[in-house]
Amino acid sequence: MEEEIRLMKGNEAIAHAAIRYGADGYFGYPITPQSEVLETLAELRPWETTGMTVLQAESEVAAINMVYGGAATGKAVMTSSSSPGVSLKQEGISYLAASELPALILNVMRGGPGLGTIQPSQADYFQAVKGGGHGDYHLIVLAPATVQEMTDFVALGFDLAFKYRTPAMILADGIVGQMMEKVVLPPQRPRRTDEEIRQQCPWATTGKGTRKHRNVVTSLELDSALMEKNNERFQETYKRIAENEVRYQEYFTDDAEYLIVAFGSVARICLKAIEDARAAGLKIGMIRPITLWPFPTARIAELGKQVKGILTVELNAGQMIEDVRLAVAGSTPVEHFGRMGGIVPNPNEVIDALKNKLSVNL
Amino acid sequence: MTREEIIRPENKVYGRPELLMPVHTHYCPGCSHGVVHKIIAELLQEMNVADKAVGVAPVGCAVFAYNYIDIDWIEAAHGRAPAVATAASRLNPDALVFTYQGDGDLSAIGTAETIHAANRGENIVIIFINNAIYGMTGGQMAPTTLLGMKTATTPYGRRADLNGYPLAISPILASLDGTCYVTRQAVHTPAAVRKAKAAIKKAFQNAMAKRGTSVVEIVATCNSGWKLTPAQSNDWMVENMFPKYPLGDLKNVEPQQ
Amino acid sequence: MKEEIIIAGFGGQGVLSMGKILAYAGLMDNLEVTWMPSYGPEQRGGTANVTVILSDAPISSPVLDTYDTAVVLNQQSLDKFESKVKPGGTLIYDPSGIHHLPSRTDITVIPVDAMGASIELKNSKTYNMILLGALLAARNIVPVDAVLRGLKKTLPERHHHLLPLNEQALHKGMSLVK
Repeated sequence: MEEEIRLMKGNEAIAHAAIRYGADGYFGYPITPQSEVLETLAELRPWETTGMTVLQAESEVAAINMVYGGAATGKAVMTSSSSPGVSLKQEGISYLAASELPALILNVMRGGPGLGTIQPSQADYFQAVKGGGHGDYHLIVLAPATVQEMTDFVALGFDLAFKYRTPAMILADGIVGQMMEKVVLPPQRPRRTDEEIRQQCPWATTGKGTRKHRNVVTSLELDSALMEKNNERFQETYKRIAENEVRYQEYFTDDAEYLIVAFGSVARICLKAIEDARAAGLKIGMIRPITLWPFPTARIAELGKQVKGILTVELNAGQMIEDVRLAVAGSTPVEHFGRMGGIVPNPNEVIDALKNKLSVNL
Repeated sequence: MTREEIIRPENKVYGRPELLMPVHTHYCPGCSHGVVHKIIAELLQEMNVADKAVGVAPVGCAVFAYNYIDIDWIEAAHGRAPAVATAASRLNPDALVFTYQGDGDLSAIGTAETIHAANRGENIVIIFINNAIYGMTGGQMAPTTLLGMKTATTPYGRRADLNGYPLAISPILASLDGTCYVTRQAVHTPAAVRKAKAAIKKAFQNAMAKRGTSVVEIVATCNSGWKLTPAQSNDWMVENMFPKYPLGDLKNVEPQQ
Repeated sequence: MKEEIIIAGFGGQGVLSMGKILAYAGLMDNLEVTWMPSYGPEQRGGTANVTVILSDAPISSPVLDTYDTAVVLNQQSLDKFESKVKPGGTLIYDPSGIHHLPSRTDITVIPVDAMGASIELKNSKTYNMILLGALLAARNIVPVDAVLRGLKKTLPERHHHLLPLNEQALHKGMSLVK
């Protein structure tokens, strides 16, 4: 398949991108608003073309453990779900991190807590970036704002996951999952051969074959001294990721007097508000973290010294604001504006929040 | 005869299977796990499939199974071994993938994964050690614990009105279209060990021939948990476990000629 | 050029697919497009709406306060979206089932009897294409040709015999807007 321009939903783009990346397996369980991922894969039948395995599991718990099993054999495997289902996957995600396995997890967030609503939300920020499962671990967390980024972050997520041998998450929301946009699909990449996997992933449990030593994938280590060593190794990996993989996009920050921090599709709503505010002569800028972990702490700290105030806009009660406040360490006031339960603010509400929370005069 | 005259290759009648790692196991003396491990190690070697084998270890007493048999292993989360094995097998069709699970892992927390993997007919082998108790965590009730049986969480004996009934999982698995072979064996006598070995061999053959899911339940002892000597445990098992969990094939779909 | 459109009605009226065809026509015409639906159980009989934005520049927010054009197909949608049309914008509505007529005078209000026209075409499924034709006649967003090319590309081969009927419906809709 060549590069191709298409109009499609973010969820559909994920499916196309996974096939074109040369992913080996997808394991998922239906849940709104992301069921199109599995539906599209089933429609496209990649097992007849690239040989990719697609399986509807009996539960989100089974799906993440299938990912664990596939990842242990060095394969590029992924799962997708939405908030309640991602809660169920947390145990498996902790095991993936602890076993140093690469995998890709998509969360198309919906409003919670509990069964909540099926409408868009960003209320799983804490769960994604602070370690939703047990133990000290991080996920590489990518926040797409466009259908194109949904597409591109499949490859980026897999590449980072394999580079650092750690699971990566695409933390999307119902808007970017359900909306259709123009998207450039990358050309088809071949799946790695078993031989390539044996070379690139010498740790994979593919069957001992001609290898001299057997491989064991496990997260268990009852000797605390050794388990601490394992933890130190994980932290070393996270340090390297934090040093090398921070990604963000800035908008109108050169002359900004006030700063918005927003991620995902909410950043686009804010951008429209900023365009309107700029038309009225107000110098508002924005930074959109693309990696939520590692977080663009250093850049936000710099901008914090430049601006008179920062507003975080999130589809939650105020989660990312904690990381922004940590970054600026009191150098400038940081306020939060959010809608919850699946309500998406429109650009005017963002402008109102700038007025009311930061006393910006319009 | 001197020692040197006796120790000659032609006189050798028994040896430690090469695939059994030269380590002490953490299993209690008298435990059935050791015998089943030995059978698996022997078979993988005799069938010349050790290089293709991927074992999936459970959470439970066999959590360290990967320390004892010299093949590739994946240690699964509690109960999820059949899901882990599903992907390992589907993504590596040439591999021989088997799970090794106890009654807590397989028939309590992992019931869903077990039933659905078997129902999909995954080309895997599920080896199920049923000793009617949670050994690793200190002898608590398992789904398979017999009525009246005393455990740490049923100190006055299991009562149906409080704890429900003993769960026989193999008949359920035998009723599924995805399984090709479901059998119940034991390893308490040399004859039983030979039968159990033949059963696991058949299961491995089924997986290599992609005939669906094979389940080998081993009705086993836990002398520590049962608070009996190993010999008493064997007798107690014959007397009490076998009536509820009778040995023999529950399902054996012969290959089409 | 940038056109921000809301299409709203009952689920089952073809609201989402009309938006999709419009978005696809934009793609054919080399425009940037976003198609943002209300999603979920609403699709089955409740109210459904979709925001479609076509632009020759990258699109920021897919969620809007106000619209250049609203196409409303039931009373609830009219009540909800009439006030959200920008001054000077366009409101297209199907008068069947509408009891309280739109009252704004600072926008162009166009009633389109798509229900009646679809009965004339003896095919209720032409309903949303008639409305799309009316929209194209009222607002010169994309050429009819782009719509047809988009349709041809998105319709499965087995439905290609329906293309002439769809084209007929588009022109019918256009003829309803003077």
